[in-house]
Amino acid sequence: MNWDWKFFLNDDGGGRTYLEWMLDAWGWTLSVAALAWVVAMLLGALMGTFRTLPNSPWLVRLGNAWVELFRNIPLLVQIFIWYFVVPKMFPVMLQVPGFVLVVLALGFFTSARIAEQVRAGVQSLPRGQRYAGMALGFTTVQTYRYVILPMAFRIIMPPLTSESMNLLKNSSVAFAVSIAELTMFAMQAQEETSRGVEIYIAVTALYAISAFAVNRAMAFVEKKMQIPGFVVAGSAGGGH
Amino acid sequence: MLGLDLSFFNWEIISKFVKNGFIFSVQLTVIATLGGIVLGTLLALMRLSGKKALVIPATIYVNGMRSIPLVMVILWFFLLVPAIIGRPIGAELSATITFVAFEAAYFSEIMRAGIQSISRGQVNAGRALGMTYSQNMRLIILPQAFRNMVPVLLTQTIILFQDTSLVYAIGAYDLLKGFTTAGKIYGRTEEAYLLAAVVYFVICFGMSYLVKRLQSRIAIIR
Repeated sequence: MNWDWKFFLNDDGGGRTYLEWMLDAWGWTLSVAALAWVVAMLLGALMGTFRTLPNSPWLVRLGNAWVELFRNIPLLVQIFIWYFVVPKMFPVMLQVPGFVLVVLALGFFTSARIAEQVRAGVQSLPRGQRYAGMALGFTTVQTYRYVILPMAFRIIMPPLTSESMNLLKNSSVAFAVSIAELTMFAMQAQEETSRGVEIYIAVTALYAISAFAVNRAMAFVEKKMQIPGFVVAGSAGGGH
Repeated sequence: MLGLDLSFFNWEIISKFVKNGFIFSVQLTVIATLGGIVLGTLLALMRLSGKKALVIPATIYVNGMRSIPLVMVILWFFLLVPAIIGRPIGAELSATITFVAFEAAYFSEIMRAGIQSISRGQVNAGRALGMTYSQNMRLIILPQAFRNMVPVLLTQTIILFQDTSLVYAIGAYDLLKGFTTAGKIYGRTEEAYLLAAVVYFVICFGMSYLVKRLQSRIAIIR
């Protein structure tokens, strides 16, 4: 096999080298993933919390329906619907750029998975935690804000880490609606240069590096959030 | 709903465009599940063997596959398999090979957890009966590990069925492609996407409901 990495410095026909194009594409991948992550965490935390509320059957149903809806349709189909169907049904959305629609699609899709983890985290806490909040005279919102969620999020850090890495990998599906991210770059540059192997190696390496960076970042957060003396996650019989 | 017309989708269109795609998606799911479980079990056995020459390559394979997006794996195989065997192959065959290889990594993690969930006493009991390693695995450990993991394996199969839509990247004719092709021909793309979503939802929701019921039944038996 003949390697040729020098073509990365060739002009792609648009006044930039293939290397610059690839780095741009990496930037798009990271932006889509980062923004979708914010959407997914906010909605996931909200819906996951809804599913555990003691006296609000309708919010529980809303949370459950949310999870089932976004978990049982393939991401690619969801992206197509956000991109092609939603703007047609709601003309307001015609003004919204495609990039934002993909961020919403990926964010909503992932929020269902986050919500499932948040629910599991909250339900893994002993009931005494909730009662303790009530005994202190906290409202439901305060109990969740100050007692339950801070504990639940620390417990679910490992699955949240792997969901965050999944989100980064899933951002590759954005190629289907022509977002100029890494997979799109790989497909187009492969066709233009016929240097598929070199391009795929470079793109695959960038994905692996990004996933590893996400992993380290989440591990850092997990460590920073740790409460001394309170052992969580994976410890047998930990917690109070 | 706002300007949508679902009535054009009739039985004729379904049998002409959607049926073949549906058959391919199901076929891909079944082959990838069976092939993935067999290869995945082998990979899990390699990783648990304690022999460096087996542990290291299996670990690299599993972690490597799990750290790249499926779309990239699909593209890699579509590029490499024809180069290796020296003749072009169709998108459908390439997709099938890719999914078996890719899912093996995920199934191996499930099987590894399943094997590790079997108590040491079972392993020792097999040894005490004078069984060889392979007899012990085949007759004592794997049947129990497999049974414990059935709900997780089925859940992975549902995810796998959803992931088959990603063969879009190499243009294979699957369930989604069946809908979009019909939608394009009749100028009804939006309706086609919505119907595709409904079909995927009904199948996946129904299957996960069955898995949940199965799970509770297995839990009672224990």
